[in-house]
Amino acid sequence: MDSEATPLLSVRDVTVRFGGVVALDAVSFDVAKGEITGLIGPNGAGKTTLFNCLSRLYQPSSGEILFEGASVLAIPRHRIASVGIGRTFQNVALFGKLTVLENVMVGRHSGTNSSFFANALRLGSVIAEQRAARNQAMELIDFMDLREFTHWPAGGLPFPIRKRVELARALAAKPKLLLLDEPAAGLNHEEVATLETQIRRVRDLQGVTVLLVEHHMSLVMSVSDKVVTVNFGRKIAEGTPDEVKRDPEVIRAYLGTAG
Amino acid sequence: MAADATSWATKSGFGKMAILFWAILAALPLIGYVRDDPSFDYYMFMGQSMLIYGTAVLGLNLLIGFNGQISLGHSAFFAVGAYTTAILMNFAGMPYWATIPIAAVVCFGAGFLFGLPALKLEGHYLALATFTLAIAVPQLLKYKAIAGWTGGVGGLLLEKPDPPFNLPLSPDQYLYYLCLFVSMLMFWFVYNLLRGRSGRAMMAIRDHPMAAGTMGIDTALYKTVTFGISAAITGVAGALSAITIAYVAPDSFTLQLAVSFLVGLVVGGIASLPGCILGGVFIVLVQNSAQSISDWMKVSFSLRYDVPAWAIYGVLLLLLMYFLPSGLMGGLIALKERLFGAKGPDSTDDPAPQASRND
Repeated sequence: MDSEATPLLSVRDVTVRFGGVVALDAVSFDVAKGEITGLIGPNGAGKTTLFNCLSRLYQPSSGEILFEGASVLAIPRHRIASVGIGRTFQNVALFGKLTVLENVMVGRHSGTNSSFFANALRLGSVIAEQRAARNQAMELIDFMDLREFTHWPAGGLPFPIRKRVELARALAAKPKLLLLDEPAAGLNHEEVATLETQIRRVRDLQGVTVLLVEHHMSLVMSVSDKVVTVNFGRKIAEGTPDEVKRDPEVIRAYLGTAG
Repeated sequence: MAADATSWATKSGFGKMAILFWAILAALPLIGYVRDDPSFDYYMFMGQSMLIYGTAVLGLNLLIGFNGQISLGHSAFFAVGAYTTAILMNFAGMPYWATIPIAAVVCFGAGFLFGLPALKLEGHYLALATFTLAIAVPQLLKYKAIAGWTGGVGGLLLEKPDPPFNLPLSPDQYLYYLCLFVSMLMFWFVYNLLRGRSGRAMMAIRDHPMAAGTMGIDTALYKTVTFGISAAITGVAGALSAITIAYVAPDSFTLQLAVSFLVGLVVGGIASLPGCILGGVFIVLVQNSAQSISDWMKVSFSLRYDVPAWAIYGVLLLLLMYFLPSGLMGGLIALKERLFGAKGPDSTDDPAPQASRND
């Protein structure tokens, strides 16, 4: 398969140090195009740190991150969305006073380019761009089943709803790679089932590759094509969900050593 | 919650309300033809001041209310705008109207440049940095080396413009229309910005800078440009003030002016466009009425000494903040909700989502 020949994302020996603490220690793995990859590990293993490297919030101390074969470590944070990497945040980072619609429309920022000047004069091009952005946002709002909340300030909505808004906002940028940081946290059983179908549909219908950090094991194991396990900043296993589930190192990391 | 939501930008009714509002303001000078009031020109002058302060507050609101950066130094940009106009009229013999766009450009430059170091500062630190602008500028304007241009302590005296094309207007009626036209243009620009891509980016930075960056917004660029636009709008207000008062002097642009912009902003309503005009009205009316209340108290309670006007101003401000914590505009919206039930501003076309709230 050619997707294996050129992985969409290639993490190579990425190391992150905060002072004397090594948060990530030479972690390497690939994410193949069109696949859903799960990234698991106990709390503090370094999963979110890796996400923050991928979205350029942190600069790795050493190592390389290749996206479609090119390094992302030299491009500024605000260019990462137009390169094709989108994300959600563990604690949900919405624009609280903006409405759900406006939040999702901010997601279109990287895909649009009208200037301050054109906006201030509301030129015809701005109106057309605005209408297109609004339509795309409304499609995603319907896709995430958020219609009834369209004009509500995002900050006042319940946590599970805000998570859906955040996913819609991330999709609005039309990412090639979507980083989901614990999308199931705080969701009830039914909502996790909906989330699972949504993640699959994002991949199948929109062709988005997904990298998923998650503690909800049954979700990760059923939705992922491949699972990467990290512990104390190091990769300890990589393989299909079944392989990883049987891996003695993984079992030890999660259950502790017996005896 | 509804009071401080910015969803007004997506509502269809807002534009129509705004047109009606400006139409009413445009009709006010006509009262002068019907009623023969000797102090009518004075009312027109107060109207000019309200529009000018409202525009200055608009500039500050774009920065504080919509972009989350604070400034205690906007009196400096007001001064730069006023002096740009005064110097160009005085030394370059420019017509007054041509100096307004130049004042905007000069203040945009000044604001943009000041926005660069401001990138490194947040919250209280930015407040302090901008505070230095407000205290430095009046003294700089008096500086001997540039006194040839600025007029030093005495300032510059300008010629008050007459209505063009033999329009049947008194000079103050005409200047009111000039202020109305220019401030309307400023409000239209800001309204357009806010309902478009640029304004959404500004507000996204206010609400969550890191997430805004991840969404592809160049936060540094947007913050400095917003600082520039904010300074430009307040500078235009300064230019109008130079034209209408026909005089500029360093001591009109003290820290007290910067604070009164801030008071107008908070009283009118943070992140509210109509609130800016209300803020401008407040600045002009309450400063005047504090003195009249003081006089009235002295007479009616037959007091021996004057009641300090600024103390009355302080009490008025405290009462206002206590009863209307989200400003006059927030108070009006709350009143509307009380009278007409439900959650007025947000309910455009969607059913109430309360039923499905589960937290």
